[in-house]
Amino acid sequence: MRASLSIPLVLLLFSAGCKREHRVFDPGALGSQIADGVAVSDVHAGGTQPKPSLAKYQESAYAASEGKRLYEAFNCVGCHQHGGGGIGPALMDSEWIYGSEPQQIYADIVQGRPNGMPSFGGKIPDYQVWELVAYVRSLSGQLPSDVAPSRSDEMPVAKAEQARKKEHAPDEYQQKIRRGKP
Amino acid sequence: MNLLAAVPGFTGNQTALSPVGPGAAHIEHTFSLIFWITSTVWLLVLTAVVIAVYRRRYTLEQMPPPERTTEASDRFAARAVGVSMGITVLLLFIMLISSFRTGHAIGTMNSEPQPLTIDVYGHQWWWEVRYPNPVPANIVETANEIHVPVGVPVHIHGTSRDVIHSFWAPNIQGKRDLMPGYDTDLMLQVDQPGYWRGQCAEFCGLQHAHMAFYIIAQPKDEFEHWLTAQAQSAPVPSDAQTQHGQQVFLTHGCVLCHTIGGTTAASRVGPDLTHLASRSTIAAGTLPNTTGNLAGWILNAQSIKPGARMPPNQLFGTDLQDLLAYLETLK
Repeated sequence: MRASLSIPLVLLLFSAGCKREHRVFDPGALGSQIADGVAVSDVHAGGTQPKPSLAKYQESAYAASEGKRLYEAFNCVGCHQHGGGGIGPALMDSEWIYGSEPQQIYADIVQGRPNGMPSFGGKIPDYQVWELVAYVRSLSGQLPSDVAPSRSDEMPVAKAEQARKKEHAPDEYQQKIRRGKP
Repeated sequence: MNLLAAVPGFTGNQTALSPVGPGAAHIEHTFSLIFWITSTVWLLVLTAVVIAVYRRRYTLEQMPPPERTTEASDRFAARAVGVSMGITVLLLFIMLISSFRTGHAIGTMNSEPQPLTIDVYGHQWWWEVRYPNPVPANIVETANEIHVPVGVPVHIHGTSRDVIHSFWAPNIQGKRDLMPGYDTDLMLQVDQPGYWRGQCAEFCGLQHAHMAFYIIAQPKDEFEHWLTAQAQSAPVPSDAQTQHGQQVFLTHGCVLCHTIGGTTAASRVGPDLTHLASRSTIAAGTLPNTTGNLAGWILNAQSIKPGARMPPNQLFGTDLQDLLAYLETLK
């Protein structure tokens, strides 16, 4: 009786573990399209549109570690360092100028942002942008803890990315109210 | 030791039993010696067993009583065992000494006074090759094809950019692991001109099997000529098609990973393409370098080498044809 119960349970456990190592090498014609627009807000003109599922990237350890490699390869480190920021803003804290949702970070990378963030639109395939998004979000602990890369090749600032606690506030970053004379 | 015949049946490329350089020759001698000694001993033992079994065949009904031992038979047995053991120890020592001599000979290759140095970096899944030069403009970068002059000691200075790889050209020298963050050195010399295939010999991920390289041994003047040509920047495109091809290269994803000398493309993630058309294969020895293969590789490398770092690319209109025309000018 006990064996007949535990075997399916163990199998169930294995099937849950498979997903994190699922790899997409050939995303097909659609997935490899040049990055294009994406909705960054939940409010749509003329009713809600279905949100695409991003689980393929946000819940895949492979996607996050590929994102980490690309973060280096495409020289994100040049400005954002390994999350600490420098010329560009820090990515490991809870302050997000343009929002912390995957779609919002995607738009930042594809469109570029004022004051120095270059646009990568038309250069990187769609799936690589999403891999970068997954890694960037992991820097502030926004991915499930079983997904993030477990170790760092760089000198660790603190812990490896995924071992961090979730940093960001649930809502978007609130602008601080400046006190004192203008 | 040169009197020993080579192990037959293994001539050709990418085999340690057909050496074309002193390093592999040393290894091959030891291998042949051990092969012939152990084969002979194995055959003798097997023959002795077969003869013994053949001469003493009985059925269960007519089994004779065990032979009685005498003092004389004991002495004979002791002597026989003693002599066999002596021969065994002697043969083991011969193989041991041969192994030491090989190790020593390969080790002393490292003390060559002024070898030609080549840097080799293992990547998932290709080889970055660099010919250092005190004048930075004369540094030559290429991929997967290592040109060397014939009969000259070459010092391979290797390391890895990601995981552990192993550099192995069986016809030329033994293998040497390339470790990330650790420099390794290997001396080799090729005495016969030709294309000598090598392969990564340490499992390094999905496309480990498609991580080959060629050592191209040329006469010294031919090699110098090649090196001078490789140090040049890529030619400036002359006609409208190749000019557009260059623009396609510089405005699409290509530029994020590849270098073409003389243009603004200078990323060091993927192989240097400055002289792409002068190479005989693409994708680390996976495909011959033809226009069709290159087109397939650019459009969807993942269908050819799944897991490789090259992403699929979408090109519209005449972009692909123009890009290919431009890449073919990179002689």
